[in-house]
Amino acid sequence: MTDVTSTDATTTPWTTIPSPNQPFAPAHPAQPHRGVPGGVGTSARRPDGIPKVKGEFAYSSDLWAEGMLHGATVRSPHPYARIVSIDTSVAKSMDGVRAVLVADDVPGAKVYGMEHDDQPVLAWDVVRYHGESVAIVAAEDPETARRAADAVVVSYQELDPIVDPEFAISGDAPELHEGTGNITRHVKIRHGEQDVSAPVVVTGRYEMGMQDQAFLGPESGMVLPGVDGGVDIFVATQWMHVDRGQVAKCLGLPEDQVRITLAGVGGAFGAREDLSMQVHASMLALHTNRPVRMVYSREESFFGHVHRHPAWMEYEHGATEEGDLVYVKVRVLLDGGAYTSSSTAVAGNAGRFSIGPYECPNATIDSIVAYTNNPPCGAMRGFGAVQVALGHEAQMDKLAAKLGMDPVDLRIRNAMSQGSVMPTGQVVHNPAPVRELLEAVRDAPHRELPVVGERDVIDIRQLPGGAANSTHGEDVRRGVGYGVGFKNVGFAEGFDDYSTARVTLSRGAEGPIVSVHHAASEVGQGLVTICMQIARTELPVGPAIVLPADTQVGSAGSSSASRQTYMTGGAVKQSCELVRSELLDRAAGHVGVARAGLRLADDGTIRNAADGILLDDVTELLSTPIEIEREFRHRETFPMDPERGQGDADVQFAFAAHRAVVDVDAGLGIVRVLDMATAQDVGKAMNPQQLEGQIEGGTSHGVGLALMEEIQVVGGKVRNPSFTDYLIPTVLDMPTVQMTIMELGDPEAPYGVRGVGEPPSISSTPAIAAAVRDATGVAITRVPIRPDDIVFGA
Amino acid sequence: MKVTLRVNGQTVEAEGVWPGASLLTMLRDDLELPGSKNACEQGECGSCSVLMDGELVCACLVQAGQAEGRDIRTVEGLSGEGDGDVGDVQQAFLDAGGVQCGFCTPGFIMAVDHLLSHEPAPSDETTREALSGNLCRCTGYEKILDAVRLAAERRADGSAVATTGGAQR
Ligand code: FES
Ligand code: FES
Repeated sequence: MTDVTSTDATTTPWTTIPSPNQPFAPAHPAQPHRGVPGGVGTSARRPDGIPKVKGEFAYSSDLWAEGMLHGATVRSPHPYARIVSIDTSVAKSMDGVRAVLVADDVPGAKVYGMEHDDQPVLAWDVVRYHGESVAIVAAEDPETARRAADAVVVSYQELDPIVDPEFAISGDAPELHEGTGNITRHVKIRHGEQDVSAPVVVTGRYEMGMQDQAFLGPESGMVLPGVDGGVDIFVATQWMHVDRGQVAKCLGLPEDQVRITLAGVGGAFGAREDLSMQVHASMLALHTNRPVRMVYSREESFFGHVHRHPAWMEYEHGATEEGDLVYVKVRVLLDGGAYTSSSTAVAGNAGRFSIGPYECPNATIDSIVAYTNNPPCGAMRGFGAVQVALGHEAQMDKLAAKLGMDPVDLRIRNAMSQGSVMPTGQVVHNPAPVRELLEAVRDAPHRELPVVGERDVIDIRQLPGGAANSTHGEDVRRGVGYGVGFKNVGFAEGFDDYSTARVTLSRGAEGPIVSVHHAASEVGQGLVTICMQIARTELPVGPAIVLPADTQVGSAGSSSASRQTYMTGGAVKQSCELVRSELLDRAAGHVGVARAGLRLADDGTIRNAADGILLDDVTELLSTPIEIEREFRHRETFPMDPERGQGDADVQFAFAAHRAVVDVDAGLGIVRVLDMATAQDVGKAMNPQQLEGQIEGGTSHGVGLALMEEIQVVGGKVRNPSFTDYLIPTVLDMPTVQMTIMELGDPEAPYGVRGVGEPPSISSTPAIAAAVRDATGVAITRVPIRPDDIVFGA
Repeated sequence: MKVTLRVNGQTVEAEGVWPGASLLTMLRDDLELPGSKNACEQGECGSCSVLMDGELVCACLVQAGQAEGRDIRTVEGLSGEGDGDVGDVQQAFLDAGGVQCGFCTPGFIMAVDHLLSHEPAPSDETTREALSGNLCRCTGYEKILDAVRLAAERRADGSAVATTGGAQR
């Protein structure tokens, strides 16, 4: 077995800033675990690292089975059209084609969805977005499958697409989904007084484009037909149990005949929450009784998953002359596209987090998500909080400017803290170190930066435009900007959010061995490492292994909402504790002593109350394995009431702040990010090296959103479905991220952890927008910031 | 069609290759070497990077037929059979935390191996330039840069781990 527990990590120096004053002292000791090699708090190596560097890790696009067929999908070229007819005869007659299926061939429910069953497995009657699936094909080789898909003749009658969400909900537009008025959800939050005025008022309108998750491993997987009439699905997904429910319904099968195993996942970021090829490949496999593999191309991938909701935001902030917020009024309009996906939850988040991590006695918040004929939007890292952070942070800068205050001072003056009240009325019970995070980024050292304005004295590769040689420093202006943001960890608004873990302690060939089985998706974030570390810490009696994730164990919930370390980590910890308790029972019985006072020490020995060694090897207690499977739940949450949006909707909040330093070539509108400093409260750094990787990666998504990433949708059609035209940051675009990690600890969470994946994507974008404003004096109300916005901006 | 080439030091024949196939498709589907990844098939992401006669190329942009008689080295050629038997650049990626989902990793490892064999002590600017054709969506690149620095240091002070691949060429 691979020794994956080495701890001699070459991490960069690890900083933990001490809690600055008493109220923020860790509510929960942040380092309860001492010295278990590879345990919690160490930079243990990824168990999947070796196969990944050797090219041996089996991603969902690398699967192979004897006799397999290849699937392909026919997609709508129109954003909105009536399907007049579908002629599959030519495609069916082609050599090597084994199946061509349409909506009539769907064996069970014809629609599915995460929140509402409204998305057709295969469209019939109408298509509602560019790229919607209409037919599927299986053939002996991928090329034949592609050609057969092209040979399916669909005749459409084009309809006028509804592409403006404001028009969609105006009452004048035709309804895309009956009885909805094209409003997927309207979240209303009414906090404090509704008719207040204030001496200082700033207003603003802000806009965010449609971002794509752009994971590198395309949607893909393999389905094997089972002898029982069911299917075995190997797929890259974020939540296999919710996949299973939807697939079973559409196939008309009981859930236990849909067995899912996680295949290697090449990134997710929200884009694998909804189904992609699962039902399609299953239909083809059942129809042909052959294994079927489907692998999307990069172009198809842009049509194969939901995107981040574009947003239009109107803000009004009222404050006293001293800079205390009096009221905030917000209207957020999100474009949810053609189908619901997770839009209702995104709108909930956009509403709850719309004023940012600030105290404000009065708030009027409307968060609306619309159906249109644009691509469906759903989950992406930051989930609703990313959009509004652009708005609330721009407003704080505007207010600071109007008051003649320093923007960080204004934020600190209004910063939320432990005990603050959310606009939903929820009291923030746990540490909320907004002030401390802002101070940390403000006081972070400034790196040595290239000197602006001196011709030819520096490496042009450090200037905006880089090796393109577009400037030698003339017209380059520097700016500094700040952003802070927060969001919830875990599923909210009363959702029954849980995870399941089965832990088995057994006798292996070389002694005791701990195996952990759960259904949580390792998407790259390093959950397998964390689970292994927890098992080692809680049961330090032998090596710990994490078994492949599959549906033979209960649901773990989704690898989203920054929740898996908390939830599946919590489930593993809980099951390990129960295994340990049983082990101590057995030890007491075996030796014939009282159970009270016995404990399992970090060195794997069982000690008595006087710390004497009772048993130095537990192997003899394991003639039968100890196996525990339990569900772990976080504290209950509650819905927001529909009229005033009041309710304890969230489990935990996670906070981060960023400071961005940019150089802008004001003549060409090119921005270079020189430095990002961030501070984040993580509760407990479970694996410092992986944590840093999450923060750096999350920050890069924010850099991309600020400066380059946008799906261009014109008249409902996606114009840039490729990495040639949809740009994500390269290594030339990303500065080194300096970070301050706080471990304040949430006493309700296992080890005190706070979710870490999303916060870096929330505060990074507004910080860059602020820095560009600072450099150029241009208002910058929209991201991604386009060169034209800078050059021709007011 | 049939293509004869050297892959990772062995002469191999690929039979029944679809004439329109790229070198990447031939490696992955006909030669059972799926280590090189396909994330765009357009030369934009570098996930498919391999060495062809010592030059770094995007295997998705090379026609399978163009590889006739050429010497190809893929990520599979940088390590041995054993679990711990990995090349020095691979080891540096593991140690520095340069791997998350890992989909970009084989391409990066080929690009870094190529860079260090030409430029044993690259400046950060040079490294960034050399790796700018490789996309990573997970890491934000910093840990990948750390891996380059680490591999370069270890090669310089001779502490690179034994390897069947890059370091010995
Ligand atoms: S797959 Fe070849 S460059 Fe992307
Ligand atoms: S590690 Fe996921 S793309 Fe690089």
